[in-house]
Amino acid sequence: MIHILHRFFFPFLQTHSLQDLRQQAPVAAKVFVQRDYTSGTICQFQTKFPAALETRIDKQQFEDTIRKLNSLYAEAEKLGGRSYLEGCLACLTAYTIFLCMETHYEKVLKKIANYIQDQNDKIYAPRGLLLIDPIERGLRVVEITVFEDRSTGPGR
Amino acid sequence: MYNIWHIRSVPDINMSAVMVPKKVTRKWEKLPGKNTFCCDGRVMMARQKGVFYLTLFLIIGTCSLFFAFECPYLGVHLSPAIPVFAVVLFLFVMAVLLRTSFSDPGVLPRALPDEAAFIEMEIEAAIGSVPAGQRPPPRIRNVQINNQIVKLKYCYTCKIFRPPRASHCSICDNCVDRFDHHCPWVGNCVGKRNYRYFYLFTLSLSLLTVYIFTFDIVHVVLRSLESDFVTTIKETPGTVLEVLICFFTLWSVVGLTGFHTYLITLNQTTNEDIKGSWTGKNRVQNPYSHRNVIKNCCEVLCGPAYPSVLDRRGVMTEETPAVPQEPEAKSAPPPQTTRTTAPLIPNEHTPDDTKTKLAAAPEEEEKPHLPQDTPLPPLDTSAGPRPDPQSPQ
Repeated sequence: MIHILHRFFFPFLQTHSLQDLRQQAPVAAKVFVQRDYTSGTICQFQTKFPAALETRIDKQQFEDTIRKLNSLYAEAEKLGGRSYLEGCLACLTAYTIFLCMETHYEKVLKKIANYIQDQNDKIYAPRGLLLIDPIERGLRVVEITVFEDRSTGPGR
Repeated sequence: MYNIWHIRSVPDINMSAVMVPKKVTRKWEKLPGKNTFCCDGRVMMARQKGVFYLTLFLIIGTCSLFFAFECPYLGVHLSPAIPVFAVVLFLFVMAVLLRTSFSDPGVLPRALPDEAAFIEMEIEAAIGSVPAGQRPPPRIRNVQINNQIVKLKYCYTCKIFRPPRASHCSICDNCVDRFDHHCPWVGNCVGKRNYRYFYLFTLSLSLLTVYIFTFDIVHVVLRSLESDFVTTIKETPGTVLEVLICFFTLWSVVGLTGFHTYLITLNQTTNEDIKGSWTGKNRVQNPYSHRNVIKNCCEVLCGPAYPSVLDRRGVMTEETPAVPQEPEAKSAPPPQTTRTTAPLIPNEHTPDDTKTKLAAAPEEEEKPHLPQDTPLPPLDTSAGPRPDPQSPQ
């Protein structure tokens, strides 16, 4: 049923409405991928494959998603010429420049939101899963909602 | 206030439609914690703002006296650049002060029920069974950062394992990332997102204080050369007040700036310094330091501007899950807590604390020169609609 809804409604609805629709489907479980602090306080998530997803998705695909997210967050928090320039320029304008300009981090967060949307549409939604953007959980966890699998046959 | 106008039809009147404003609930109204919000969630501060108003009064008052009494004379007799630079410096101080006070310090949102339950499950699985009558072991996770073992503590209020360098502020009742301290002078916590503004505030305020103090002296000396000292004081009575305020401010603010400069070069927080986390005993060293003064300074002051993870202005829908309130900790605020002297060390929550929170007096240390916070005067409630956690949702 979820596949039919997905194919019928997707061209017409905004993506967040698609997620609202998904939320009406029964939730079997929620998996929380925790933060990985081994490199310090930068935002990285553990690539360990959760047991609850074993029957639903390929381990490699999951790891690829998490690794890509990690690289995007690393790009956002990178200490380099660009962040120093942005910091100095903002300081000189007494930080009033942030009232009209978007910070580099915010730009990357938009990229991350688009990537998660893309992954949900292509890989996770067909398998009855839903990735929640970590920013909605305070950058603490990547929440994966596992919907009840009503399709006949294997989830792949 | 963001309003949605929707049409409600009234069938028994000739007019077919009546426009009725419908108020939208924003997420900040339902946020737990003891913060005050203004401008429909754009401004976020601590509850006790009395000392912040004092800071504003002192800075604006002293600068006004300087512009009124000294600047006309110095601008004419010495150089017009003097008052111009004073204005620029004053505006910069105000800008960074307001930025420090009004921004989200890096508050970590509390765990939603599903996440909290998931973590509880993991903890219980790790602990196993505890014999009856025995206290369960403390909830700690060990992580290895740069070859150091760092312990992550569990926060019973927020129901999360605190990230490294995060700490729970008992005044604001929030976990704050890279928690430095709670500053009553700016009326907010100082954490990851506003530490650089706080540092620039202390630095620029030191400069402003030195500047005003110096030119007060120069002004009195110059004027005393023309007339005598007593006449000068009579002509510009504000000078005495300014010199007094600047003299006492100098010692504390310049000292504070020096202290924070030292912390920045080591990439440490006030919290870590007070607790002695990286003093070197047990061969524990700061795993976050780059071991290079310039790199540490660059990271703290010129690092990326972190976004707020607390969605304050998002619109609450029916599906938005609300964080459950803790009923036993939040019944009528006890008088001791609101009249607490401004502690620099947050009161870390343990399971016993959350149960006896009402009875226990806060056991934080206090610095002698910090003033006693008074209970909120009625003026503060007009600062904006403050979410009352006790009101039924």
